[in-house]
Amino acid sequence: MGKVLMKGNEAIGEAAIRAGCLNYFAYPITPQSEVAEYLSRRMPEVGGMFLQGESEVAVAYMLFGASACGERVFTTSSSPGISLMSEGISYVAGAQCPVVFVNIIRGGPGLGGILPSQGDYFQATKGGGHGDYRLLVMAPASVQETVEMVMMAFPLAEKYRNPVMILGDGLIGQMMEPVEFPDHLRTEPTNKDDWATNGMDTRKDNKQNLVKSLYLDPTQLNDHNLLLKAKYERMKQEDVRYEPYNTDTDYKVLIISYGTMSRVCRTAIDNLKAEGLEVGMIRPQTLFPFPEKAIHDAAIKESCKAVISIEMSMGQMVEDVERCVQGKRPVEWYGKCGGDVPTPEEIMDVVRNWKLET
Amino acid sequence: MGKAFKRPESLSENHTHYCPGCTHGVIHRLVAEVIDELGIRGRTVGIAPVGCAVLAYNYFTFDFQEAAHGRAPAMATGIKRVRPDLMVFTYQGDGDLASIGMGEIIHAANRGEKFTTIFVNNAVYGMTGGQMAPTTMPGQRTTTTPFGRDAESIGMPVKMAELLAALETPGYIARQTVIRPKYIVRAKKAIKKAFTYQMENRCFSLVELISTCPTNWGLTPAEAVNWAEDTLLSYYKLGEYKTPPE
Ligand SMILES: Cc1ncc(C[n+]2csc(CCOP(=O)(O)OP(=O)(O)O)c2C)c(N)n1
Ligand code: SF4
Repeated sequence: MGKVLMKGNEAIGEAAIRAGCLNYFAYPITPQSEVAEYLSRRMPEVGGMFLQGESEVAVAYMLFGASACGERVFTTSSSPGISLMSEGISYVAGAQCPVVFVNIIRGGPGLGGILPSQGDYFQATKGGGHGDYRLLVMAPASVQETVEMVMMAFPLAEKYRNPVMILGDGLIGQMMEPVEFPDHLRTEPTNKDDWATNGMDTRKDNKQNLVKSLYLDPTQLNDHNLLLKAKYERMKQEDVRYEPYNTDTDYKVLIISYGTMSRVCRTAIDNLKAEGLEVGMIRPQTLFPFPEKAIHDAAIKESCKAVISIEMSMGQMVEDVERCVQGKRPVEWYGKCGGDVPTPEEIMDVVRNWKLET
Repeated sequence: MGKAFKRPESLSENHTHYCPGCTHGVIHRLVAEVIDELGIRGRTVGIAPVGCAVLAYNYFTFDFQEAAHGRAPAMATGIKRVRPDLMVFTYQGDGDLASIGMGEIIHAANRGEKFTTIFVNNAVYGMTGGQMAPTTMPGQRTTTTPFGRDAESIGMPVKMAELLAALETPGYIARQTVIRPKYIVRAKKAIKKAFTYQMENRCFSLVELISTCPTNWGLTPAEAVNWAEDTLLSYYKLGEYKTPPE
């Protein structure tokens, strides 16, 4: 199939369909309501299911119920909506259901604003809901990559029986870019007969399946958490994704940046290169599992004097970067909230200033 | 002659954890009998609430999901929308359904979701130790209304069957009770009707069942039945509040 020009939000909806997910529940919120508008038209065309729930709280449980009977399901929302879904996400993770969530982040806290932000990094990677659970979190930097990540999210969610979150920002949702829906990313849902509540008649063994998260016995609950932990460790082994940029040079500074912000950083890096200053970048594509080793190894390169985490937040990912660098290089943060994306010039200044100080 | 009284296939052999004189057990049995009689066990999914019936799946022999507090109707919606062929019911207490889950039940009923709700109204929060519920009676003492429910400051008990029956969307809404054997035939009939409407893909269906919680009412099982009959049944009137148009 050739390329089509599409807005990010519509491409998200289409990508899920092309991936083989025909069930969507959602509640409208700016800046991603176009996904619901697009799918309310498109799902009936492909024999799929669209339902606008009464709240994000309810939507999370609609996803839970549908996923628990073995069907592929997904939703899209933005920050305040994801906060409301977080109770449900904790249950979905506890009960090991493969639901896909897309968060097109807007500025916070509270109602915040409707412009692009990366302020939900902690919420996505460290929890949000209660208890010891993790989401597999992917952060796209273009509409094409959003399409691919949405399509990959379903088999990944099923591989781990764990919720997956796509973390984008308002720019990704609103951007128009030519996209392609790669056929090889269409997958068949896995067989879920060993755990899903899809009706005993449909299964060979004719025994009760339970989808639950309650373990009153302390040993059982500990065992359950160990099982979840083993999955998160496996993600770290098998599904870390990142993209290095200009790291085959003797860079003086290493930037860590993801999503739309990393595109601006690329421009800054190209401009600085023209000025004769080499800067490298590691762009995490998965935020959990985090590219710990890649960042560590890139930071301790002989030529590298400092690491700067550049994010549209007041310094969230930088805590993970510090953890990876283990004090072996100074780690700085630069960022902005509110919707003004830092410009290449600003980033160039930040990098140059660092060089001047050393 | 076969055995006149045998365990429904849908009911497991496990002993329940319910207190003496609690009506949860009776209601489980009625639901199990109806599911057996309709021959739908193999395609039924139950949804357990957060409340005393949270472990209901230990007492039934078909597929079950466990909801968060109050969210069972949203989960049931999710299932029915993607698998309309499954027979789905939520089993919820009055704290679960009429307090924290009020939004979910009203919207599910108003969308006309084709599942069944078994609503166990015992006028109190059982599991957490007898706190006030939205259905607690005026003057009724609970652990959070030590001087009795004051309707002036807390309002009057919520009549869920009447509230849901007022929605324009067609549905089947009934209130019955299981506190004495004489009421049980009508309660079972209502439950069967509710599941039958679901099987026919007709409408949302809910049966409210006035129940007892002797433990948290501070009464013996016999006293609890009398109090329920005198106090609850005179406020929560039994009957069919809504039936779908023929
Ligand atoms: C979000 C949340 N809030 C509070 C609780 C605590 N809680 C558990 S059961 C319950 C009330 C149950 O009462 P009811 O629904 O009337 O059922 P019963 O136990 O009487 O059968 C509460 C408040 C919880 N589990 N989750
Ligand atoms: S506390 Fe009340 S509702 Fe719970 S099992 Fe005991 S009698 Fe039944």
